[in-house]
Parts: sequence; structure tokens; C-alpha cells
Amino acid sequence: MTTALAEASERDLVVRAQRGDRRAFGVLVTRYMRRAYYVALGLVGSHDDALDLSQEAFARAFRARASLDPDRPFYAWLYQIVRRLCFNHLRDRKVRARRLQEAGPWLVSQAAVGAKASDPGLSAERSELRGRLQSAIEALPEREREVLVLKEFEGLRYREIAELLGIPIGTVMSRLYAARRDLARSLEDLL
Amino acid sequence: MSARNDARAEERARRLITGALDGELSPAERGELESMLDRHPALREELQRLRRVKEVTESMALRPASEEVWRDYWASVYSRIERGIGWVLLSLGAIVLVSYGVWMAVSDVIADTEMPWYIKAGLLAVTVGGVILLVSVLREKVFVWRRQRYKDVDL
Repeated sequence: MTTALAEASERDLVVRAQRGDRRAFGVLVTRYMRRAYYVALGLVGSHDDALDLSQEAFARAFRARASLDPDRPFYAWLYQIVRRLCFNHLRDRKVRARRLQEAGPWLVSQAAVGAKASDPGLSAERSELRGRLQSAIEALPEREREVLVLKEFEGLRYREIAELLGIPIGTVMSRLYAARRDLARSLEDLL
Repeated sequence: MSARNDARAEERARRLITGALDGELSPAERGELESMLDRHPALREELQRLRRVKEVTESMALRPASEEVWRDYWASVYSRIERGIGWVLLSLGAIVLVSYGVWMAVSDVIADTEMPWYIKAGLLAVTVGGVILLVSVLREKVFVWRRQRYKDVDL
């Protein structure tokens, strides 16, 4: 990957990718792979599935590149593919059954990151809280889960979420409220 | 009318509470929320409850992926793109070859003067039926692809 290509503007890269330049598309993938993966992780709650779905989203984006407007943000367009793939994935009955059996940790306590000597009691407490929060998020309706992930784990502002999802800011706030209310009910004994 | 106003006020309160938790209220909205909280102590309790939820979610992060994942990421996407092109070529080639084979077989059977007419008619019906089904499935696929690429999801 040349330096010039790596430093090219997003518009330039999209135009080149539309002409079939795979190296230019590769630069776009490298720029957005982390965002695509982490948002998929928040939506489906599994490393393997998030990796598979985010990579599939890029492959589909390449196939559908002719329909992309170079003057609009690439990630906003890619995100539509990621979320649709994730939602379809979650709606698959077999996947849901497998997820119940194989659910592993996809959240991590911020306090545990970088901690050296940890108190076993505190660590167990954090682990329980993480597990409970994870289950509570997995039980949320997908639209509530989506805004919660974008707000809390992606750190987006309401305006950015609204633009990404193509919905009014008021709807973002309502969904976020509903998500937190549901989490409060699920975690009642811990709060 | 009053029930509708109550519902609107409730929705407004929810949005203001959410905005307060995320630090996204204007000074005017903060004043509006304060006045609501003074009038309705239950709303203040709700705000406190949701603030604790916010603290819990803020204390967690998505589990980081290993560096190896990022190193191999583009190579995996590239393979998928390549495989996609391979499947398209393979499918097109298979359709051409199979169609040619069927055409040759049907021509041979029709040209065979010793073959009973009802066998020929049966073979013709199977061939025409197969073509109709294939065209119908292809047309449906193209229609779904153009109109609704992800039909299971509402935007």
C-alpha cells in the first residue's frame, strides 16, 4: 500500500474503488475496519460473528460500489450494510439458539483494563456486573440496543446517531431512554 | 385531549432526562428539566435511577480484539471479494454448459425416429417446465435484489 494512497482523501479513494481499484478499497477497509467490527460486536455480541459480518459488509460494499455517492461519507453507507447484516443475523432462529449456548464475554470492565494486582472479591463483583449487563443488553429490542451501543460504546453524539440511522434526534433520545429504562429493570437489584 | 397532552409531557420529560444524562441539553432545556423535577419528585427518582445505569454502562467497554485480527482483516475481505467473483463466473459457466448439454440431448431425442412420441413429449415438457422455473426464480431474485436487498430489515 503506497503512502500516497494511504493519505488520499476519502472521496478520491471511493472514486478509485468505483473504477475497480482494489488497493484503494483496501485503504478504505483499513480506515474503517475497527469501527465496523466494534459496532458489529456491540450489535451481535460475539467476536467471531462480528468479524465475519463486518468483513462480509466490506465485501458487499465492494460489489455494490457503483451505487455509492463519493460526496457522501463512506462509513454512513457502510454502516447501513453492517446493521442490516447484523439484524438479519440476530433474527436467524438457529443463530439465536447457538448464541444462548455459546454466549461469551464481549464486554470488559474499564477498571479491569490495565489493573495489576486485583482484589479477587472486587474482580468477582465486576465480573458479575459485566455478565448481568451483557445479558440485559442482549435482551433489548434491536433498535434500542443499536442506539445504546452507538452512544455508550462508540461515543457518538445524538446528531451523529440521528444522521447515521436517518431518524430524528428526538427518536434517538426516546430509544435511548427506553433502552436505559429496560436495563434499569434488569439490573434493579444491583443498582 | 388531556390524555394526549399528558403523553406529550411524559415524552418530553423522558427526552430531557436522557439529554441530561448525556450532557446534551441546552441551558434552556436544563431549566425546563429543573422545573419539571421540582414539580414531579418521581421524575427526579427516575433520573437518579437512570444515572446509575449510565454509570454502569460507562464502566464497561467492548472487549478489544487482538492485533492479529487487524493484520489479517483486509486479506480476508479481499478473499471474499475474489471468491464472490469466482462464484459468479462458475455459475455463469455452469449455466452455459448445462444449457448446451440439455439442448444437445433434446435435439438427439427429437431426431431419433425410433423413440415413441410420448417419451419425446415428456422430455419436452420437462425441459420447458425447467426453463420456466429457472426464469421465474431468476426474475424473482432480480426483483428482490433491486427493490429490497435486505427484505428482513425495516429501515
